[in-house]
Amino acid sequence: MKILVCIKQVPDMESKFKVNAKGVWYEETDLAFRMNEYDEYAVEQAVQLKEQLGGGPEVTVLSIGPDRVLEPVKKALAMGCDRAVHLKDDDSSGKDPWQIASAIAGFSRDKNFDLIFTGMQSQDRGSAQVGAIVSELLGCACVTTVVHFAFNDGIVTAKRELEGGLKCIVRFRLPAVVTCQLGLNKPRYPTLPNIMKAKKKEIVSQAAAGFAATEALSGTGEFYVPAKKGRGIILEGDVNEMADRLIGILKEKTTVVR
Amino acid sequence: MKALLVCEYREGKLLEGSYELISFADRLGVEKAIVLVGSENAVPKADARVYLANAAAWAEYNPEIHRKIVLEAVQRESPDYIVFLHSSYGWDLAPRVAAALKAAQISEVASLQDGKFEVSCCNGKMRRTVTSATERTVVTIQAGAFSFSGEPRGVPRVEMIAPPVAASAVEFIGYEAAEKKDVDLAKAAVIVSAGRGVGKKENVAAIDALAKALQGELGASRPVVDAGWVPHSHQVGTTGQTVSPKLYVACGISGAIQHLAGMKKSEFIVAINKDKDAPIGEVADVLVVADVNQFVPALTAKLRK
Ligand SMILES: Cc1cc2nc3c(=O)[nH]c(=O)nc-3n(C[C@H](O)[C@H](O)[C@H](O)COP(=O)(O)OP(=O)(O)OC[C@H]3O[C@@H](n4cnc5c(N)ncnc54)[C@H](O)[C@@H]3O)c2cc1C
Ligand SMILES: Nc1ncnc2c1ncn2[C@@H]1O[C@H](COP(=O)(O)O)[C@@H](O)[C@H]1O
Repeated sequence: MKILVCIKQVPDMESKFKVNAKGVWYEETDLAFRMNEYDEYAVEQAVQLKEQLGGGPEVTVLSIGPDRVLEPVKKALAMGCDRAVHLKDDDSSGKDPWQIASAIAGFSRDKNFDLIFTGMQSQDRGSAQVGAIVSELLGCACVTTVVHFAFNDGIVTAKRELEGGLKCIVRFRLPAVVTCQLGLNKPRYPTLPNIMKAKKKEIVSQAAAGFAATEALSGTGEFYVPAKKGRGIILEGDVNEMADRLIGILKEKTTVVR
Repeated sequence: MKALLVCEYREGKLLEGSYELISFADRLGVEKAIVLVGSENAVPKADARVYLANAAAWAEYNPEIHRKIVLEAVQRESPDYIVFLHSSYGWDLAPRVAAALKAAQISEVASLQDGKFEVSCCNGKMRRTVTSATERTVVTIQAGAFSFSGEPRGVPRVEMIAPPVAASAVEFIGYEAAEKKDVDLAKAAVIVSAGRGVGKKENVAAIDALAKALQGELGASRPVVDAGWVPHSHQVGTTGQTVSPKLYVACGISGAIQHLAGMKKSEFIVAINKDKDAPIGEVADVLVVADVNQFVPALTAKLRK
């Protein structure tokens, strides 16, 4: 069995975002980057399946972007992926989901992956498109927003998360694309020995341009900070003083504190 | 201009969100047609053509067949926009339809800015307008962003689409109901919720202590539940409970749309966050900029006095 996991590097969402010179995305300087949260579940699921099958499957991790994406790629290798592919593109943030998906599908086309794991969405763009487009381009099955995954005798039973706590149970055969939702598993922390072992694993670098569609289907008009609705009071400063002020406000404005 | 609205149906019923699609089309000021994989007795009330395929012909959910039906309606109606809700149904089906048509998809539209589609990004901290470069555009709209007011009325003109014969690689087995909840947060007058910002499981106790001091219940954001710090029955949000207490205190919660959806109707909202720009600030009546693990114990001590 051959498994592909697609990961994206995104800024830490606690960062302060500034608009870049072109006005279409964030300025990268001063941002701390990490692996897209949803993709950590994807990596973990791939590694768990490999372990379940006695190490048989080969797990390839793929990321598109500039050289900085090697950092989460190395983390994925330390979590247990076998090898990595870096599809280099210094302007990956300027590509739309269609182009990103076409690069992944273009790379995968002749590789016969049985399973492709992606995150349900990326935290920065949040388009929730790439996984499903990849399946469409490859003509294989796709199951989205998965919160439970079990593989037995060549058949996957999965649960998709619907609204309000309802789940939908589906069964499918491979090949398939699976998009992973929060809570699917408990992503492991790489251990020091595994970080050391990962250093010996192969990372192949190729230009994304060799695979990706040249034309974008959508683009960003403008990127900006939302207008503050400014309905609330902001308290800053000394903890004890703020606590007193908050109690005063709650006494005045609510009926729950007297 | 014309929009084809892809309505939703589940467990024998038309889903309420379907009317948000109608409201979106009206605000966009375009003609509308509807496609529904459902049944005759659950057709939306609207003065529009409704392409109906009967879901009873196979199990309710089958992505391959749903995709084919939507594409059939697109062919018959030739719309400029194909609109889905940004829901578990929409984010499953919309990109497949978009890719099949090689059309742009604009995900999770939250508002219209002079006819431009505005979407939220970076976990709600930033916004962008998205443009389409293709003849047709697939759009998914944020749940609740284009709410429908008033009684649905109108007489649909139903046209049947015969369920296509398609072997599907994905077999629908059934639904699994939501877990039974042991706390009914909906009844609580005060809810104090722990978010990822509390840092670790041990720190949840201090949040619970504040809840007790206010005679309220403990709530939680999803990551705190996923990590096993707090049981799922306490989760607030789209995949948890929807609450509207007299007082909601969000401790170390960023304010992602899925969390806000569950609590923004609270009467009074206090947020404690070290990040002054956290999107929770948009709905908070009071934003306390502080380390939650310092502020909460101090507040609890004073309340107990
Ligand atoms: C389909 C779907 C359904 C979902 N359903 C839900 C749902 O029902 N409920 C839900 O909550 N989420 C849900 N989510 C997840 C949601 O998108 C967010 O990921 C989640 O709400 C974030 O939780 P959080 O605010 O606790 O964590 P984060 O977003 O990580 O935010 C942590 C916050 O804590 C602050 N902070 C950090 N340290 C401190 C400190 N020491 N003191 C004070 N503040 C600090 C940070 O500034 C930050 O704002 C869903 C997502 C999807 C895709
Ligand atoms: N630059 C990228 N490199 C590799 N995988 C990506 C990239 N961008 C998106 N993906 C994958 O596609 C998923 C959905 O992303 P999106 O459609 O942008 O919300 C992510 O969770 C990743 O698994």
